[in-house]
Parts: sequence; structure tokens; C-alpha cells
Amino acid sequence: MALELKSASFRAERESSWRDLERLVATVERRGVRALSANDLSRLPVLYRAALSSLSVARAISLDRNVLDYLESLSARAYLAVYGSRRHLREALSDFFGRSFPGAVRAHRWQVLLAFGLIALGALTGFALTLKDVERFYAFVEPALAQGRGPTSSTESLREVLYDRTGLAQALTSFAMFLFGHNARIGLFAFAVGFAGAVPAALLMFANGLALGAFAALYHSRGLSLDLWGWILPHGVTEFTAVALCGAGGIALGQALVFPGRDERLASLAARGRAAGVMAIGAVVLFFLAGLVEGIFRQLVHSVPVRYAVAAASAALWTSYFLLAGRRGP
Amino acid sequence: MTAGSPPAIFRGERAREVVTPEGVPIRFTLALVGDRLGAFLLDVVVIVGALLAVLVPLLWLLAKDAIDGDLVGAVLLLGLFLVRTFYFTFFELTWQGQTPGKRRMGIRAVDARGGPLRAEAIIARNLTREVEVLLPLTVLFGGEWVFPGAPGLARLAAVAWALLFGFLPLFNRDRRRVGDLVAGTVVVRQPEAILLEDLTRRAPARAAEPPRFTDAQLDVYGIYELQTLEQVLRQRTPERPEVLEAVAAKIRAKIGWTDPGPAEPFLEAFYAALRGRLERRLLFGKRRETKHDRPD
Repeated sequence: MALELKSASFRAERESSWRDLERLVATVERRGVRALSANDLSRLPVLYRAALSSLSVARAISLDRNVLDYLESLSARAYLAVYGSRRHLREALSDFFGRSFPGAVRAHRWQVLLAFGLIALGALTGFALTLKDVERFYAFVEPALAQGRGPTSSTESLREVLYDRTGLAQALTSFAMFLFGHNARIGLFAFAVGFAGAVPAALLMFANGLALGAFAALYHSRGLSLDLWGWILPHGVTEFTAVALCGAGGIALGQALVFPGRDERLASLAARGRAAGVMAIGAVVLFFLAGLVEGIFRQLVHSVPVRYAVAAASAALWTSYFLLAGRRGP
Repeated sequence: MTAGSPPAIFRGERAREVVTPEGVPIRFTLALVGDRLGAFLLDVVVIVGALLAVLVPLLWLLAKDAIDGDLVGAVLLLGLFLVRTFYFTFFELTWQGQTPGKRRMGIRAVDARGGPLRAEAIIARNLTREVEVLLPLTVLFGGEWVFPGAPGLARLAAVAWALLFGFLPLFNRDRRRVGDLVAGTVVVRQPEAILLEDLTRRAPARAAEPPRFTDAQLDVYGIYELQTLEQVLRQRTPERPEVLEAVAAKIRAKIGWTDPGPAEPFLEAFYAALRGRLERRLLFGKRRETKHDRPD
């Protein structure tokens, strides 16, 4: 034959290393990285870089479409095998709670404070308005949340709810109901709706506060304030923290869209979205804990001082967790 | 668009380049909206199936009066919450950006900028399903509950607004949904291509004396034509012999080749010669994309 093509001899030289990489990548795709032997594992990144360099060379010298397509696809698969998320779940979890969750909360401290402020503002407004005209209770509180309580309920029945005694099955039901309940729904929703600009998320925070204020006013008018807060706070501290975190996530998303800073809008959204998503999924865990407290602890413990002690302890716990956890390290 | 691969536009395919940390751009084919919808529906089927698997034994126990009705409700609600919140996140974390549905459809989520797919991104992209799926559904089917007493026009506006989130992938170039934008990810086709034999290796094996083409005869075509010829030679359809004959006749007429003979060896030889010529010129920095470029 006249002379061998450069691209053909290039291919002949490298083909065996491509085939090797293909075999390793296929194993990773089917059974995960852990299926590779130590030797193969150390070869994977080396072969991956070799394939990338083959791809670059092939783009410059080869006109064989099949080789180009193959190298492109092989590099892509190897890239996914090398850079895909493949950490052990346990490691990812400890990293999440030890570092990224409290870190994300600290990074969004102003949004979190703003969300807390909006809830508090809503609560004060709801309290003041309902105290003036008790009929407004119906405007601020959904029937499902009120559970039949309202301005027409007797003081005795209002009190009854606060010191309800139930069995374990009911406790579990109320725990589950809680997760689907008002605040958990609002919380996740507030995060997701942040994409539509921060305003809906902020409104949700405010509305959430209104309902709380309306309840407080109703019980206050019957002289049951102390009992009510003893009922709400043990889980409420955790729950409202979670709501505020979700709201802060939503606000951060909206902020990233409206005020992208030096980045492109989409890049800024992507950067903020990840951190805000971390906060929201952390908040789901808080909702879980709050649900446990509400469903089980509150049904079993009726002593008001103990309830307040638990509330104070959980407040202290969350404050120190978010302020201190994961400060050191990378 | 690259020449040679089947016309991408007809298959509704779009590519997205991802630059790896090593600085080499790799092209991914974006997943089709239909594939993604299919993957999502498959995942929903899996979720419903899993819940039923829990529910049916419980109902059986309930029918035998072994457990309390409240407990069944509680377990079901709890399961629904867990699955709804963690199903997608769990699988994408452990299966490198794939869920059972995605794996079945051959698609996966990757980082749009070429970095590793991080846990934070997976979490963020799956939390927004709440607003993409549940919000439009609630507004559509539970409108009365969301905004009681609202006038029809306001309700219509709300429906349009909610649907906009769900249908976002149809409105942007990279087919990204809200979650993809929030997390900075794209969903791509799982790449797969097979390395076939090099066509230039076949030609000398067949003919002891391969036909010689002059430079003028080879300068008739460019890269696009070369890679189309490659595709013709590689195809394995029943009508291949007729196609080869037709193509060979056309090329012979074009370059004034009078020597008759079987089509396939001629085309293979022509392919090898043309590729050699074009690649040699490529080394000198002269890239001739199509026959319409001047051969200079």
C-alpha cells in the first residue's frame, strides 16, 4: 500500500488503551466504582486523561467520524465515572450535617433573620388584629389548622386541646399528619416558590406568622397564654426555625434572580440554589424532629415547666449548632 | 452541527458542550423532553408500587382487625412523605445522577459547567419538584381550595403561571426545568458509541493494486462529503448494494472515472484516498468543510 494514514496509525497505537477504559467504565456504570479492583481504580483516571488527550488529537488530525464519535462518547462516559457524584451515602450524610448544612445557614444569616422577622411581624399583626376583633381569627387560620377551635369554642375545650392524652397510635398519626401539615408544606413550598422572585416566599412567611398570632390572641383572650406557649414552643422552636430556613432559601433564590451581582443570572441562581437547597433539605430534618416532639413528647408530658424547659433547650441547641458546627475544616 | 452523524435536526437532538476540569470540551446530547417525562412517569410508577407494597399487607391486617385504622393512615402518610421528599435525591446520590426511571430511559443529570455532580446540586434540583409538579396539579384540580371565590380570569392567570413552571423545559435551549436552573445541572443522554473497524484498513486488503486518484479528482469533495461516504459504507441496511452502486456511479461521473468495476472496492479506495488527502491538508491547517469551499 502507498502509505498509512496518520490517523489510522494513531488509532492503532491507542486503541488498546481505549478498549481498556471502555471496560472499566462499563463496570463502573453497571456495578459502581467499588466493583473495581485497586489496580483498576488507580488506572481509571490515567486512562481517562489519555482518552481526553486522544480526543483532542483526533479532533485535530482525524476525519474518521466513527472514531471521533466513539472518543467523544468514551470520554463523556469516563468523565461521568470519574466526576459523577459517587461518595458513600454515610460520608455524604456526615458531611451534610457536620459542615454544609450549618455552613449554608450561616452564609444566609441575613435571609434567615429576615424570614424570622417576617414571621414575627406576621404574628404581631395577627395578634393585634385578632385581639381587636376576634372574628378575624377565621380570616387568618385555615379550618384544617384550627381543628375546630375558634372564637366560639369554650375556654374549657380550648384548654382540653393543650393537654390531650392519647395512645401511641394516635401519637404516630399526629406525627405523620404534622409532616403533611400546614407548616411543613408551607416551608418546602416557600423554598420552591422562591424561584418566582422572593416576594411569594416572603408573603408565605408573613401569612404563617398571622396564623400563629391569631391563635395567640384567641388563647390570650381566655387567659390561657402561658399554657398555649407551653404547648407550641417545645416543637415550635424547631418548627419555626425550619419554616424560617425554607423561607430564607426561597428569599435567597429570588434574590439571586433579581440581584445577580457580578455573575450571570443563571450562574448566580445555580450557585445560590445549591446552598439554599441544602438549607431546605436540612429544614425537612428539623420538621421531622419537630413532628416527633409534637406527636409523642407533647402527648406524654403535660407539666408546663418541663415543656418550657424543652423549648429553651431546643432553642439553645439550634442556636449553638448553627453558630458553631463545622466552623473548622475545609 | 457536525457532518456525518445523521442529521441531528430531524431527530430533535441538541448538544451541549461541557468543559471538563482538564479543559477539554465534551459534547453531550441533551435528553429529549419525552424521555424525561417518560423517566418521571416510570419513577412515579415505582413510587406508587412501593407504597402499594406497604399498604396491601397493612390493609390485609386491617381486614383481620389485627391493627388500628389510624395506624394504617399514619404509616401511609409517613411513607408518602418520605418517598416524596427523598426518592429522587436518594437515587441520584447513589446512582450518579440517575433514578430507576432515568436509567431505564438512558438519561442522566450532569453538572452544566463540567464540574463533578455535587450532593448539594442533587438536593436542590429535586426539592423544586414541589413547585413544578404539585403546584400545577393543585391549581388545576384543586383550584377551589387554593383560591376560593376568585374570579375566573384571575384563576386562568394563576393556572397559566403555574403551568409555566412545569413546562419550562419546552421554553429554553438546554431543556432545563426549574430544578436544573436552581442546581446548575442539565439532563443528557447516556452516551454510547461503538468503535468500528477503520475503513482505510479494508481497501488495501481487497485490491492488490489499489486504484490511484489524482489530486484534482480528490479535490472535488470536502469533509462533509467524506463523512457522508463513511456513513454510506458503514450502513448495514438491505438496500445497501443499490445505494453503493448509485453513489459510486455519481462519484465516477463527477471525477471522470472510466474504469468500471464493483462499487464497494472502488468506494473504499476512494474513501481512503480522499481521507488521506484531506487529513494531510488538515495537518497544514487547511480544513475544507464541504465541496463548496475553495480547494486552494
